[in-house]
Amino acid sequence: MTDAGRHPRITIHTLSDVLEIKGNVGNFDVQIVKKARYVDEKACTACGDCAKVCPVVRPDEFNLGLSSRRAIYSPFPQAVPSAYVLNPHECLGNNPVVCSKCLEACEKKCIDFHMSDQTLNERVGTIVVATGLAPHDPRVLDEYGYTRYENVLTSLEFERLVNAGGPTQGHLLRPTDRQQPKSVGFIQCVGSRSARRGKAYCSNICCMNTIKSTLVLKEHYPDMAVKVFYIDIRAFGKGFEDLYTRSRRQGVHYVRGLPGHVEELPDGRLRVAVENASGGTLDYYELDMLVLAIGIEPAAGTHKLQEMLGLQLTSDGFFLEAHPKLQPVDAATRGVFYAGCAEGPKDIKESVTQASAAAVRAIRLMQSNTIAAEAITSEIDPELCKACGKCAQVCPYHAITVDPKKKTPAQVVTAACSGCGTCAAECAFGAITMNHFTDRQIVDQIDAMLEDRPSEKILTFACNWCSYAGADYAGVSRLQYPPNARLIRTMCSGRVDEQFIWHGFKKGAPVILVSGCHIGDCHYINANHWTVKRVEKVRQKMEKRGLRPERLQLEWISAAEGVRFAEVMTRMEQLRRTVTDKEIAETIDLLEK
Amino acid sequence: MTTPVPTTSTTAAGDARIGVYVCRCGLNIAQTVDCDAVAAAMAKQPDVAVAKSIGYACSEPGQREIREEIETLGLNRVVIGSCSPRLHEPTFRQMLAAAGLNPYLLEMANLREQCSWVHMQNREGATAKARDLVKMAVARSRRLQPLDEARLPMTQRALVIGGGVAGIQAALDMADNGYEVVMVERQPSIGGVMAQLDKTFPTMDCSI
Repeated sequence: MTDAGRHPRITIHTLSDVLEIKGNVGNFDVQIVKKARYVDEKACTACGDCAKVCPVVRPDEFNLGLSSRRAIYSPFPQAVPSAYVLNPHECLGNNPVVCSKCLEACEKKCIDFHMSDQTLNERVGTIVVATGLAPHDPRVLDEYGYTRYENVLTSLEFERLVNAGGPTQGHLLRPTDRQQPKSVGFIQCVGSRSARRGKAYCSNICCMNTIKSTLVLKEHYPDMAVKVFYIDIRAFGKGFEDLYTRSRRQGVHYVRGLPGHVEELPDGRLRVAVENASGGTLDYYELDMLVLAIGIEPAAGTHKLQEMLGLQLTSDGFFLEAHPKLQPVDAATRGVFYAGCAEGPKDIKESVTQASAAAVRAIRLMQSNTIAAEAITSEIDPELCKACGKCAQVCPYHAITVDPKKKTPAQVVTAACSGCGTCAAECAFGAITMNHFTDRQIVDQIDAMLEDRPSEKILTFACNWCSYAGADYAGVSRLQYPPNARLIRTMCSGRVDEQFIWHGFKKGAPVILVSGCHIGDCHYINANHWTVKRVEKVRQKMEKRGLRPERLQLEWISAAEGVRFAEVMTRMEQLRRTVTDKEIAETIDLLEK
Repeated sequence: MTTPVPTTSTTAAGDARIGVYVCRCGLNIAQTVDCDAVAAAMAKQPDVAVAKSIGYACSEPGQREIREEIETLGLNRVVIGSCSPRLHEPTFRQMLAAAGLNPYLLEMANLREQCSWVHMQNREGATAKARDLVKMAVARSRRLQPLDEARLPMTQRALVIGGGVAGIQAALDMADNGYEVVMVERQPSIGGVMAQLDKTFPTMDCSI
């Protein structure tokens, strides 16, 4: 921490949040809001004179409310930066000006009530997303009486109680009577490994964290009775099994089974009922203290960042990597990398390993002062362009300039174009060529597909980032579905020209599926909004012309939704079976008129 | 109605000499898809100069074979029916570049993730689908045009969002390698959850 704080090439903005990110790999423009600290970060020597005179007492967040702090405070002794911070919502001196005691106490004069939030703009080439985790909140389910019984703690609260720098200087004290407990029980998988009670996934670190805690207890209090209630102990990492063995040798009692019921006894002790799965018995234990091994959940703000950078999430809500084995720290968005629990629950060693990997992947791009631009961009033929302005209106990147009043033909700023192809799909005059996904290329694919036995085939358009990746995920998961669909990949569902759909029906397609990223997840900011409008428009036209509009389907499938992809395929096949040869022949007749 | 469907060729179609390689991927594809039958069907397609099945297209011998045939047969388009392009498109694009072809003259058909692995009980259906997918790729490849990647400036600075153990490590590694790093942290101090922990496994030492 101090290495990072002192490093001449690292600028740390604390109390800060990313507000907006624009641009692409090589040139991301980042807007950061830095909240006022009300203390000069550089001048403050962390002497603490201000806190001594502050009359406002508040629960200390770092100690999870197990101790108190003042309205002006140091987050914790080793904080980086070490400067104190003033919470304006708690302070009396800011407004109304009635106190100002800290102001008077500070010799260095580093307190400034008039400090305001700053907006900073930074240009960077790469981004590492290391947004961490949110601990599971045991209050939601409250199955073990966390909100009702004071002597039920979370594993994080326990950490603070046994920490020498914590509220009790490392002495484990029971909250109700501030006496050292004679027996402590740990309950595993709180909020993990159960879709019904929290999250379905394993939070990875809780088993080892509990084992570590039992060893800490046995080291300090050899006579303490320590019990662990578990489903499985997952001690798979290097050196982990050793620690587990050591814990058992030191007399920690491991009970296979999670408590079904916890009740408080009059003396503050807790009576735990457990169905012991090893012995097949119903056991009761009376313990002085219970520790809930709470799981890891995605950090707050994950969704906001996901939308800002066009990232994808797994069904568990963590960030999805570009490839689970070969690009484990890369985001699908070029120039963005993941490190730590943002990508999934992991321990410190794994987080550090992943962080170093992310750093090297970023350096790999940054070591040159230029980077290959996207080659798949659009081009406008000025001869055909009528300067209507539609393309500029739909471009999510404002990469097209056009002046409809002066009738100057549209121009693409190639460096800003990301290649979604929405402009080409929306151009009514055929003036836009989407390189590598040209009309001709896609129409030829449709023709090749529907050349023979078209009635058996499902013409499917899939966007590269979500639905095509979702189809790949179905494959990796070996999910089986009917083999009738033929996918045509486009970079974005926004590329799917109305004309492709009519052409497909004209060539005898019984049903057509357009698929893309969920609204809000579009890799091209919001290009898929145009997909919705277009598909709706075509369906209305189909209805007017006497075609069943349900023969054209639109589905959002994320890169992690392999199951959903397989379900959609099965549903499309059922739909296909409702379309008769007669109906197809009538459609062809109608469209060829 | 938007773009009218082009009726005449605007590309170099007709001059195309397409090489089609149907990867068996060991048995990953071949156990479900009749790769030889797919290759044989493609050999009859117009502009296809060579069509064959191949053990592992991505392996060095596989790539060498394709590279050599680009030269000896004068191929100017390459179609590979194999795994997802999301996996090996960069690999095969590099292969084309090494053989002196523009990397964008490659087209892939997804015969593994989107065919053999999802229709394992239906060899006939999977083979029919594979034939269509490769045929579509051949049709598309005729119309492929070489593309150039322009160079854009790269800002040699990084943003790290989050100042926990992962963010700190990534920032230090990049900064120690000479890159400027901007770190953004919501809390008044960096350190994250790690800073709150007492001892940490497996070394049982302190976290800060």
